[in-house]
Amino acid sequence: MLELSDVHRYLRWKKRFPTVWCPGCGIGSIMGAIIRAVMDLNISKDDVALVSGIGCSSRMPVYVDFNTLHTTHGRAIPFATGIKLVRPDMKVIVVSGDGDALAIGGNHFIHAARRNIGITMILINNSIYGMTGGQVAPTTPLGAFAHTMPYGNIDPDFNPVELAMAAGATFVARSTVYSIVQTTNYIKKALQHQGFSLVEIISQCPVLFGRLNKMPDPKQLLKWQKDNSIPLAKAKNMSPEELEGKIITGIFREEDKMEYTQRYAELVKRVQSELED
Amino acid sequence: MALNRISSDGHPLMFVQGNEACVQGALHAGCRFFAGYPITPSTEIAEGMARELPKLGGTFIQMEDEIASIAAIIGASAAGARSMTATSGPGISLMLENIGFAYMIQMPIVVVNVQRGGPSTGLPTKLSQSDTMQARWGTHGDFTSIALAASTVQEVYDMTIRAFEVAEHFSTPVFLLLDELIGHMREKVVLNKHDNQAVVKHAFPEIPPEWYLPYTESLDLVSHPAPFGKGYRYNMTGLVHDRAGFPTSIPAEITERLETLRNKILKHKREIWQLREYYTEDAKYVIIAYGSAARAARGAVESLRLKKTKAGLIDLKSIWPFPDEPIKEILDRCNIKSVIVAENNMGQLIHPVREMLGGSVKIASVNRYDGHPLEPQEIINVVKEEIYA
Ligand SMILES: Cc1ncc(C[n+]2csc(CCOP(=O)(O)OP(=O)(O)O)c2C)c(N)n1
Ligand code: SF4
Repeated sequence: MLELSDVHRYLRWKKRFPTVWCPGCGIGSIMGAIIRAVMDLNISKDDVALVSGIGCSSRMPVYVDFNTLHTTHGRAIPFATGIKLVRPDMKVIVVSGDGDALAIGGNHFIHAARRNIGITMILINNSIYGMTGGQVAPTTPLGAFAHTMPYGNIDPDFNPVELAMAAGATFVARSTVYSIVQTTNYIKKALQHQGFSLVEIISQCPVLFGRLNKMPDPKQLLKWQKDNSIPLAKAKNMSPEELEGKIITGIFREEDKMEYTQRYAELVKRVQSELED
Repeated sequence: MALNRISSDGHPLMFVQGNEACVQGALHAGCRFFAGYPITPSTEIAEGMARELPKLGGTFIQMEDEIASIAAIIGASAAGARSMTATSGPGISLMLENIGFAYMIQMPIVVVNVQRGGPSTGLPTKLSQSDTMQARWGTHGDFTSIALAASTVQEVYDMTIRAFEVAEHFSTPVFLLLDELIGHMREKVVLNKHDNQAVVKHAFPEIPPEWYLPYTESLDLVSHPAPFGKGYRYNMTGLVHDRAGFPTSIPAEITERLETLRNKILKHKREIWQLREYYTEDAKYVIIAYGSAARAARGAVESLRLKKTKAGLIDLKSIWPFPDEPIKEILDRCNIKSVIVAENNMGQLIHPVREMLGGSVKIASVNRYDGHPLEPQEIINVVKEEIYA
């Protein structure tokens, strides 16, 4: 008989598997990391809302046994904002692709960070648009190939970590699918953090980004993640030239600042007490 | 804010703008979540909500744009709060994709459109009814929408409450179509505030979580997805989905889903339809209008009646689904010679009227689209043309 792992208890595996993801895709590993983080923290499945936009990454809601909402392209954060404001007690997780989070949804991303609302954002960065078949993303490196950059990308890429910090996010971390244990730990910390938390996870899309950029084997992409990752502490002593094309991993910010729904609750208290006076 | 008095039967009275009446109606209906983005001529609704909601422990948030606003109220509704937003044409244009999402996941929300002139930025401070068809066909795909209307400030209050009831009953977005004139005009309103209890309650599933399927319709075809975080874990998606809420590509399931979205409304449209008649019993000339156009039409009918012209008015309180059957019943009853459609646009409501009458009755129209309200005299002139035609 099939031996069920603990992770299975968090999956809608009976009816919903296999997933839509291609063999070798990194998204499934990240789903596992999210589940392990929730499991390790003993958070009840009923108390988790997992919200996504549109994209390969955003297909995750189908498979996990939480309160799941699969919304429109780029808009997961404002949907999640509505849920969090009504249910501040719930753990609200947003799962987003890089196009979803940074192109069409970029405005929502910076404003959620600015408010410091208690949403955990898992940004799955595969450097490309997966779902629509390999077009350029705001994270595609300069010179890399995509179907809408057939001569090599000329659009400079976003650094989501710096963007989130500039906008006011209070927990910001980056990891890779290759370092999945570290990734799980960062997600755990993000889930425990009060305030807006971003975990950017460098993921592999062998089928599109890989094939278009001479790394069609998922192992090549994982090796690329491994070889190019530099821990933050080490990166601090390196020059910008040395860091060119590298993936700096680590926790970039962990800061205690009042979370938005708490701030709102205080406002309500103040207004109501003034009414009584 | 307002001059507060008490009516003879004990209800509070207010002398307020339509937009403020909308706030009061929403709060009375149990609205406890508002997300919005400022835009003339709807802004007073957001400002009123920002002031009143915290007093009731509710939530107001000004989002970064209208796309975020509509998303936030849908999220709030999914978490169990009665929720609303208010905007004007440009804002509705931005919201439409997510309004379609709310149709698909069957989430009750109220969307107030205080109409101004368009297209584009159009006439920010002037009235219009040119979003009438947008409320029917705005978002992409096949769907059936619900839109209500009001032509007095009292009705803004009443129809806002009604919008919440209908949204909840059908578990779907409901538009309330106002316009600049109705939103900014001040009139007396009698508030229905004997008790402070919210009148509209959220439906809650009766079966245990193990057996729960969010989209198994009851006999009335309406699904009421359970609020998040109450032990009913399930999936909602904008993809066409099966009864459990998971994406499907099975033709029979696709057909079932799309037909249910339509039929849950069309099979119960009588419960939505609402209109007000003036002097229709013996009318030969019946004006069909809503909102501020209906106010001008009422003036026109009163003047015409003084001169013994048999004019009447049907003032629509529900626009979509179009109340064709009750209008036809009225027209069949009276001695109809012509129907006159009066609108502050280039002719939108006239389309369902034509479809309804199919050439059986002569139809004339009065349209004004320069940002100013119709004058009763403009309508009188058209009725007179019909008399001498
Ligand atoms: C409004 C809108 N525009 C475009 C699309 C088409 N679309 C679907 S997913 C996607 C981008 C996917 O890329 P990303 O967000 O990076 O996620 P991934 O698939 O790589 O996980 C696009 C453009 C859409 N669904 N909605
Ligand atoms: S297209 Fe790329 S991102 Fe999408 S499932 Fe396949 S490998 Fe993963």
